[in-house]
Amino acid sequence: MIDVPASDPWLILLVVVPLLAAPLCVLLRGPAGAWSVATAVSWGVLGIAVKLLGDVLERGTLRYRIGGWDAPWGIEYLLDPVGAFVVVIVAAIGAVVLPYAKSSVEKEVRSDRIYLFYAMVLLCLSGLLGIAVTGDAFNLFVFLEVSSLSSYVLISLGRDRRALTAAFRYLIMGTLGATFYIIGVGLMYQMTGTLNIQDLTTIIPAVADTRTVLAALAFLTVGISLKLALFPLHLWLPNAYTFAPSAVTVFLSATATKVSAYVLLRIFFTVFGQVDLFAHFPLQPVLMAMALAAMFLASLTAIWQQNVKRMLAYSSVAQIGYTVLGISLATEAGLSGAIIHLFNHALMKGAAFMAIGAVVYATGAVTLDRLAGMGKRMPFTMAAFVVAGLGLIGMPLTAGFISKWQLITAALESGYWPLAVLILLSSLLAVIYVWRVVEAAYLRPVPANEAWAATDRVPVGMQVPMWVLAGASVYFGTDASFTLELAHTAARALMGGY
Amino acid sequence: MDIFLLADEHLGLFNYWIVIVLMMSGFYVVIAQHNLLKKVVGLNIFQVSVFLFYISMGKVDGGSAPIFKDGVEVLSNPLPHVLILTAIVVGVAATALALALVVRIKHAFGTVEEDEIQAIEHDEEDIA
Amino acid sequence: MFGLLTQAQTLQLAVVLPLIGGVAVLWLGERNRNLRETASLVTAALEFALVASLTGSVMHGERPSVELFEMMPGLTITLTVEPLGMLFALIASGLWIVNTVYSIGYMRKNNEQNQTRFYICFTIAISSAVGIAFAGNLLTLFVFYEILTISTYPLVTHSGKIEAIRGGRVYLGILMSTSIGFLLLAVLWTYNATGTLDFTAGGILGDRIQGPEVAALMFLYMFGIGKAALMPIHHWLPAAMVAPTPVSALLHAVAVVKAGVFSVVKVIVYIFGLDMLVTSDWDNWLLYIAGFTIISASVVALRQDNLKRRLAYSTVSQLGYVIMAAAILAPLSIIGAAMHIVAHAFGKITLFFAAGAIYTASKKTMVSQLDGIGRRMPFTMAAFAIGALSMIGLPPTVGFVSKWYIVGGALEMESYFAVAVIVASTLLNASYFLPIIYAAFFKHEKPREGNDTHPTHDNHGEAPVAMVLALCVTAFGTLALFFMPEAPLALSRALVGG
Repeated sequence: MIDVPASDPWLILLVVVPLLAAPLCVLLRGPAGAWSVATAVSWGVLGIAVKLLGDVLERGTLRYRIGGWDAPWGIEYLLDPVGAFVVVIVAAIGAVVLPYAKSSVEKEVRSDRIYLFYAMVLLCLSGLLGIAVTGDAFNLFVFLEVSSLSSYVLISLGRDRRALTAAFRYLIMGTLGATFYIIGVGLMYQMTGTLNIQDLTTIIPAVADTRTVLAALAFLTVGISLKLALFPLHLWLPNAYTFAPSAVTVFLSATATKVSAYVLLRIFFTVFGQVDLFAHFPLQPVLMAMALAAMFLASLTAIWQQNVKRMLAYSSVAQIGYTVLGISLATEAGLSGAIIHLFNHALMKGAAFMAIGAVVYATGAVTLDRLAGMGKRMPFTMAAFVVAGLGLIGMPLTAGFISKWQLITAALESGYWPLAVLILLSSLLAVIYVWRVVEAAYLRPVPANEAWAATDRVPVGMQVPMWVLAGASVYFGTDASFTLELAHTAARALMGGY
Repeated sequence: MDIFLLADEHLGLFNYWIVIVLMMSGFYVVIAQHNLLKKVVGLNIFQVSVFLFYISMGKVDGGSAPIFKDGVEVLSNPLPHVLILTAIVVGVAATALALALVVRIKHAFGTVEEDEIQAIEHDEEDIA
Repeated sequence: MFGLLTQAQTLQLAVVLPLIGGVAVLWLGERNRNLRETASLVTAALEFALVASLTGSVMHGERPSVELFEMMPGLTITLTVEPLGMLFALIASGLWIVNTVYSIGYMRKNNEQNQTRFYICFTIAISSAVGIAFAGNLLTLFVFYEILTISTYPLVTHSGKIEAIRGGRVYLGILMSTSIGFLLLAVLWTYNATGTLDFTAGGILGDRIQGPEVAALMFLYMFGIGKAALMPIHHWLPAAMVAPTPVSALLHAVAVVKAGVFSVVKVIVYIFGLDMLVTSDWDNWLLYIAGFTIISASVVALRQDNLKRRLAYSTVSQLGYVIMAAAILAPLSIIGAAMHIVAHAFGKITLFFAAGAIYTASKKTMVSQLDGIGRRMPFTMAAFAIGALSMIGLPPTVGFVSKWYIVGGALEMESYFAVAVIVASTLLNASYFLPIIYAAFFKHEKPREGNDTHPTHDNHGEAPVAMVLALCVTAFGTLALFFMPEAPLALSRALVGG
């Protein structure tokens, strides 16, 4: 553990810069100005995130005491390899989404609300980063709500009026989840007298067998599972992703659920790190059952969708299942599988949603029947979708293959060979839903009433981010040594405490 | 005689009983009510129960307000109270946003009854 | 090659060169079709030269090897040349030249759509076939195997008609579900049991797994390699008959099914190891399944009137030979298996070229329409006869050589089941091929029926010269390899350390 002096404020700047830039966007009002600020901030944040990751890997866990106050009175920010990895995922997606957002948002959001859009994206970014760096359980709740409230607003900005109801439903579910989380935190505080996550780690074992702590664990798990959209608590997700503006869908699908998974990891392996959680409580069978149900039922539902955005949303629910399956193994290999899947899935699903967003931008089509012939009308965009889709299936040379390889290896190592079989079977379902799009786009003729002319006139600002993510999915599928090493380090850090 | 003992034993924790009753009724309202406004009300009741929970937690038997003063030995724990100030702010923000959404839903759908909205949504086609 | 490149560079280039050719084809496009097809031909010729330049050193016992990249720590994508791979790569790249010549004639004469896409997919398929041939470990094999599946999908669905889409679904569905569901699991199991995936002489499994586990792992491998078309997962082959004839040739002779049986032999020789399979107690079920496949596919072929379907079932049966030869587990029969890969490649490509030539010249697709056609198309039908003789296994064709070795191995191992299967299937093969040849040369052309107004049915000569040339070359190869089998035989012997 390295104490970072106040003269080295990068850890706090990570959160504060986007937080302060958000009101600046509101003051600027102009869409172009707000976009420039947001994009510049997102790139700056990515720079800080990468620097911090380097620091953490080189020097070990970083600690920054806000205002110089010591824990447990003060709030401290802690950054270990897991947190740093999540921070880089969130910052990288932010930096890729904002350039993409410019054109997409101009088309999908009313122009007098665009500056609010960017303000909300920055707030959401700040909240998500805050969750990953804070070392205080209550502070985590605050950041959770900052990111959640801004994401409700972002979703409600969608053109379709159903975006409003989707946002409202998400708000109700999300607030319930967050409230469950503070109930859990309160119960733990009652038993331990601290909110600092490190203190909790050391005190919890003494009180682990009380019913209060059991109740706290239950509240925390359910609350975070709601935010994570773990089956069967995923009901808010499909509509929210379907009707949100495309850029928002990309951003949320690639970051929000990842950060929630991070919180779940934190609770299970840091807060309860000194307790043999999985031996004490029937957590493993429950998590495994939920994860498997997500992998199969959500994939099956995805197969029946006509709306490609909703199909991808259900696919997200299924992919969350993979992550949770890795967590439920509670071994180092399982955790690294879960962690690397967070990263890989962010790349693949981000690219897939960006491709559909580009199709929406150029033609307004989002259903399978209107995608007919799209492979000819928008060859580059659909090629990116295919690359992302192959990743979702888990084809070799894409990031998805690495995730699957790692998860199956972990399952076999733990002796759960039926799990290995089930993981592979569920990827076959992904073949079906991805291939429905491929067949529509490449093998069905262009409908007579669709204009050929509206082809690939997607701005470079949207093409480049899309291909950056799709390319990254291929790159990290061919040379996964770095990400795997990182995931292993993170998993080891989780298993070993801060 | 017995009943008094029993009452004393459990009523000592009466604020926790209130917390649970409020929590469950709020939760029930959120789930069971079809009117979006009532859902927001239920959500508020649910959150308020948590505020009470934290405040009860911070109370120390016989303790006074946490202000240092001669002759005051026992103080209540101020931290949960401060936390709840934050939580109230968050709750207000969530409520405000929820109400804003309800207003816009009313404009867009002409109703705030969930079943009617669902019927309308069901007939809509998927065009982005 | 030619002293300019090191062996490592030659190897890398052998995989990359077809892709470079693909880029050239894309760049030249439909507007420069002559140049585009020249580019295809030149690439094919260069590829064959590259591959052939390695032959000498492999025959002298060298095993050139190069690591392309490290996918995961300890798991590399490596190319290593060994005798069997050398043989397969020579066939694939050599027949690619002939197939390109044939394709030019076929695609132009039949005015097929999307020819640029056709040639590009072809180059990717060849690149991955060479990658499979030179795979130094199971991971590399799996990666190229999947690329081959995906790159041939657009070829199978080339016409875009509804039956092509259906055929494509069956093709992709079976190949992908077997490779993901079984093969990947088998690879992971192997990796979990041994900690390595390298192809090693004598096998890597040793005594790591026992009795029933051997049988189960063998099941996963044999049914995971769907391209080997072991019954009952052979349906994709007849389903893929909707593709244009050059594609059928690619599937049946050049790349796809050859990649399947090649992988089967490779897994048996280099992963399990012959000694291990002889000594361990796994009931050798493979022998019986392969024997069943040979006989029942022949029986089905007997009843097909569509010429291409009859050939497709004949392929299923012939692949059964290779698998059965490998399952006999005698060194002699392994030589036979390797030789049969060569024999079947030359024989079957000749037959498909002939079928495509018949279709192009006369638009006839049914066996019952072929009476007397030998007089209109003497070269085509003579080549067809030679190919058919090779399928039956009669001298003077190379099919006789491979059968000789397989029977020799079966007798050595006293496997009278295998001998009986070969005898029975030879009779069956004769009874579905000889009537075609008889009808073509000795029966009189049927008079045109009243409702048959097809302009070319009784008014045609030979197909375009490019096609006739191609099929004569392969027919000549079928004969020549009977008289001069030294080169492939030397490689096959080296495979079993002879």
